[in-house]
Amino acid sequence: MTGSRGRRILLGAAAPVGALVFSLLITSLLLIATGHSPFEAFGAMASAFERVRVILGTINQTAVFYLSAVAVAIGFKMNLFNIGVDGQYRLAAMMSAVVAGAAFMDSLPSFLRIAITLLVAMVVGASWAGVAALLKVTRGVSEVISTIMLNAIATFLIAYLLTPQMLAVLEGNNISTPKITEGGQLPVFQFEGSTTPLYSGVFLAVIVGVIYALVLSRTVFGFSLKATGMSETAAIASGISVKKMIVSAMLLSGAVAGLVGMPELLNGSAASYSLNFPTGIGFTGIAIALLGRNHPVGMIFSALLWAALDSSANALQGVGVPRELVTIMQGVIVLSVVVAYEFVRRYRLVLEARDVARALAARNPQEATL
Amino acid sequence: MSSDAKPPDLVMPPPEDVPMAVQLTGITKRFPGVVANSDINIAVRRGTVHALVGENGAGKSTLMKTLYGMHQPEEGTIRVDGAEVSFNSPAQAIAVGIGMVHQHFMLADNLTVWENIVLGSEPTSGGRLDVRQARARIDELGRRYGLMVDSGALVEVLGVGARQRVEILKVLYRGAKILILDEPTAVLVPQEVDELFGNLRELKAEGLTIIFISHKLDEVRSIADDITVIRRGTTVGTADPRSVTNRQLAEMMVGSALPVPELRESTVTERVVLQLAGVSVAGSVVGGRDVLSDIGLAIHAGEVLGIAGVEGNGQAELVDAIMGIRPIAGGSIELAGKDIGHLSTSARRESGVGFIPEDRQRQGLILEGSLWENRILGHQTRRPSARGFLLDRAAAKADTQRIVETFDVRTPGIEVTAASLSGGNQQKLIVGREMSEDPVLLIASHPTRGVDVGAQAAIWEHLRMARAVGLAVLLISADLEELIGMSDRLTVILRGRLTGAYDPRTVTTEQLGAAMTGAGDEHVGEVA
Repeated sequence: MTGSRGRRILLGAAAPVGALVFSLLITSLLLIATGHSPFEAFGAMASAFERVRVILGTINQTAVFYLSAVAVAIGFKMNLFNIGVDGQYRLAAMMSAVVAGAAFMDSLPSFLRIAITLLVAMVVGASWAGVAALLKVTRGVSEVISTIMLNAIATFLIAYLLTPQMLAVLEGNNISTPKITEGGQLPVFQFEGSTTPLYSGVFLAVIVGVIYALVLSRTVFGFSLKATGMSETAAIASGISVKKMIVSAMLLSGAVAGLVGMPELLNGSAASYSLNFPTGIGFTGIAIALLGRNHPVGMIFSALLWAALDSSANALQGVGVPRELVTIMQGVIVLSVVVAYEFVRRYRLVLEARDVARALAARNPQEATL
Repeated sequence: MSSDAKPPDLVMPPPEDVPMAVQLTGITKRFPGVVANSDINIAVRRGTVHALVGENGAGKSTLMKTLYGMHQPEEGTIRVDGAEVSFNSPAQAIAVGIGMVHQHFMLADNLTVWENIVLGSEPTSGGRLDVRQARARIDELGRRYGLMVDSGALVEVLGVGARQRVEILKVLYRGAKILILDEPTAVLVPQEVDELFGNLRELKAEGLTIIFISHKLDEVRSIADDITVIRRGTTVGTADPRSVTNRQLAEMMVGSALPVPELRESTVTERVVLQLAGVSVAGSVVGGRDVLSDIGLAIHAGEVLGIAGVEGNGQAELVDAIMGIRPIAGGSIELAGKDIGHLSTSARRESGVGFIPEDRQRQGLILEGSLWENRILGHQTRRPSARGFLLDRAAAKADTQRIVETFDVRTPGIEVTAASLSGGNQQKLIVGREMSEDPVLLIASHPTRGVDVGAQAAIWEHLRMARAVGLAVLLISADLEELIGMSDRLTVILRGRLTGAYDPRTVTTEQLGAAMTGAGDEHVGEVA
């Protein structure tokens, strides 16, 4: 089976690259139809990256997107659709911001403060996802439905808790959790010529990615997770408790979701959770996980692509093109990549069946037929 | 047209002036990378039963799909009654009078017999469904061909034999003159087979032509007028059913001598490995009948206990109960004196239970996983696959290599997906895996179903060797010859209960068949 590794990588890359090209094609047609020049538009997007600020912002955003994608991917690996990453990270960010900004934290060493903040975020995220897991294993409620509903509940819960009567403070016109004081945040890296620093939260994403990769490929738990996803019936016959796997996968997914808001909270200049805190990243994570096929490395590329498209969207307005063009591109990419992956999957199976038949035929001509 | 074994009694169809009902010449059908059929030549005389025999995977079904218009051949011609035809869809095949009775029934349970039959070609009068005309025609067809079935009955209350008659009526109703029956006896017990053959003889007497696909040679010899043998996708010869023996036919099918399911001297010991007492399993409907009741059995070290039964009488539930996949409602399950009745599946496997599930593609394998990942499956908590919570990939791969070599799994490597192997090689991998880590008990559910003769022989040999070193085996199979040949003791499962013990040295397939349907009283049995 020489060259099969090369072929595997080539086949793996074919679908996302094809989807990207296809989306460029569609958006070009759209631009031409609306009287714009595709070259001008894409040129403007590319030139946005001449500025260091945009590059750093893209990297920071990539880390956030990647964390969200990993959270989604843990569920996807066993066919669990955790649509609730969005609610999980927002609730986790708010609760951990409250703890991080609490007065008693000032007396603790910085290391401990950050560890506590991260821990609270993970526990809150896991608990919120755990509600869906519990409903699924005890009552058979589809996690798709329950997590979507939990997203809505999280929104209301945050609105309720984020009032001066409850956990928030009013500062001028802005209502937010108490500001995290010095020592409660992680350091950032300043670069010359840029107002935007590089977030140390990027390393958090790297660590999570490495752990995700190792757990999947090297542990019994990761094996059981994948086995359940690929064939639940085979998993049951093999003694894998599907219920336990559902609960642990959901809890882990929620815990990672809890970390999604951490780069912004621990590195951002606001140093608190407010109504301005970024929303919707949980849904972006679904798209990125799909595009990256839940693969620890694949999702780096898809998160980077997503962040880069987002960061360059503003540049479009400079040449009179609405920034929503980027949203269209992202939509086309996701839709076409899902179709393309299925084609590639089937093609790969056929290809392999043929290779095996050939290899065996070469060894023993008697077995050339089915 | 070469054959390793000397083809016995090559009879060419006698030259006649009447054109052949069906004549296939040089049919070749390729799928990506493999040739499923090559240079197939078959001549079917009108008004005869023509048997098409061959091993699983020899290409019989591919050929029949070609004849039924489900796909098109790359080469060759099809002639029906002397006229060349080509079909783009089953509808066109039906139009020239070719009908197909599939192996798996395609009936709607909640409709009546006549509704099922007219479904898709409903007779109308004045825009309304003409029930009277439909039923009259069906009853007339039934009388004419001796296919007795109550056209007003709901399909769900019918037994397997009656359902098959409905399937045949469905085809006749559409005007078929040439019937293709794909493994029609696979789901029948011996008594039902006799009944079916009676029907087929009537159809033949009425001038219909029947193409009968099977790999059960006794049946083929008793019903067929002509036999064509297919091996490795091509026709290797014809045989005269009056003079050919089973062994000669089988050797034509395989191209070499044939394995026999048989045990050598008894290795049964006194040591009880598996003991079930009073085990019951509740049905899935709340308050419904138990699917298993009062099951008691014991298997000793070195012993194979065979369980015969018509599918759906509780075999799957029994296996699930022993494996801990389905909870037991009462009774006890002991493995080597230790109560395992409430342990998890994983714990039971760890205490030495090997499991060959009945559906290897759904339960036995992760089709899109590599062979070595499939080696880990079911053994993911034990060495050599794992050390603590970590997988030991190197050891798992090395052990997969061992299984591939010891169990003769034909594969170019252990990195290919399980899906790319043939059924027989997939099964050998599973058997090899389940024999690893020295099990004390093996649950073998249809271990040789749908595998080629070579793999079948190999699997039987591995079962014999494991039995010789003290493995206790629970063997469930629909193949009565396999059961009789490979068991030290036999019992029958009927409606969730074990009924009777049989000595495989003296029991006949007819006796087993009778016991499987409740002393041959099938109609009462299945409706109740």
